[in-house]
Amino acid sequence: MLADAWLIAAKDLRLEWRSRVTLAQIAPFAVLVLVLFGFALDPDRGLLAAATPGLYWVAVLFASVLAVQRAFAVESTESSRDILLLSGVVPSGVFLGKALAISVQLLALEVLLLGGVAVFYGATLRGWLLLAVTVLSATAGIAAAGSLYGVLATGLRVRDTLVPLLMLPVLAPVLLGATRAFEAALEDTPADGWPWAGLLVLFALAYLGAGVAAYGSLLEET
Amino acid sequence: MEPVISLRAAVSLLGRFPGLAGVDLDVHRGELVALHGPNGAGKTTLLRLCAGLAPLSSGTATVVGFDLADGGRRARREVRRRVGLLGHGAGLYDDLGVDDNIAFWARAARVPDADAVVRARRGVGLPDRVAGVSVARLSAGQRRRTALACVLVRRPELWLLDEPHAGLDAEGRDLLDRLLHQAVDAGATVVVASHEHDRTSSLGARVVTLVGGAVVGEG
Repeated sequence: MLADAWLIAAKDLRLEWRSRVTLAQIAPFAVLVLVLFGFALDPDRGLLAAATPGLYWVAVLFASVLAVQRAFAVESTESSRDILLLSGVVPSGVFLGKALAISVQLLALEVLLLGGVAVFYGATLRGWLLLAVTVLSATAGIAAAGSLYGVLATGLRVRDTLVPLLMLPVLAPVLLGATRAFEAALEDTPADGWPWAGLLVLFALAYLGAGVAAYGSLLEET
Repeated sequence: MEPVISLRAAVSLLGRFPGLAGVDLDVHRGELVALHGPNGAGKTTLLRLCAGLAPLSSGTATVVGFDLADGGRRARREVRRRVGLLGHGAGLYDDLGVDDNIAFWARAARVPDADAVVRARRGVGLPDRVAGVSVARLSAGQRRRTALACVLVRRPELWLLDEPHAGLDAEGRDLLDRLLHQAVDAGATVVVASHEHDRTSSLGARVVTLVGGAVVGEG
């Protein structure tokens, strides 16, 4: 399963490297979202500072929708789906590979956006351990849920509009938990943030488990 | 000897439309079989059923020793590991290079030979200069050859080819015929769906004619 996961992740990351969609389109979009939030709240710098964790994760969620759509757009034709089925790769390997490739791209985006909130919002980044655990667990949760709902929409003509409708409500706990944990890290009160980081870890584990268990059926039926 | 493909009253419903309407067919190891028939006769559905992709709605189907009726998802997965399907769609990742596409199939099939990718590409007549070129930038014939290399590199025991000569030039068609004979000589079984009666007749294939999702003649 892990060898198959690595095969799928390497293929997806190579596709991204050659097409540069995340680099050339999704990353600028995410930065633009941050900048626009900055314009909207600029008259009140206090409000912007207080809202920084939430705005950061909203920007991450919007970007993650695009990353998931891209990850499954390359598998959307009948012949592409045939590749995954005929290749002999185990479905749980496909799921983990997709989630891993999305995670790598999201992590790069999140590092970029951390720089963005420091520069545009004047945020002082503190509580690095909590920040790191939050980023890693939230990313794993977003990528796992995205991979699960992404394959559901594969092959549907309404895929582009269905993916955000499916993903964003489900990711509300990630938005809540990651925002609270970030607040605690930035306010240098990490003890308040660890329970939220724990929630993010549970969310990620639940979706990783669900994906490994259910992906075979989903891949066959879509 | 047990047939590589054994279908009895096999029905495959695509929605409500019967892609296959009760097919009886045996194909033995090392055989080269050509499926003929008009558009909509069920040739593609038969190939996809044998590849574990189209549903078996009723009847029985045993492919490379696995019972598709009772074996469920596990049997379909085992069948897919053992067949090579060249379908209507190219089945390629457009943004990957030629060798990247072939390597994906080789790694998925756990092909241990490090030179297998280059050998498969050269085997279908694609030169070294296209190795890193994105598939999206290739001609239709080169894409077809790349897809064929993806089948070739896996060394499947059952080759299922849907209109494999389409898009190939004369040299490519001759090359394909040689590859099919080599596969059969090596013990593989080959089933080709084709409109080109002359071409498949010259291959020396056993011809099976389909009409309306059923076998109407063999010879």
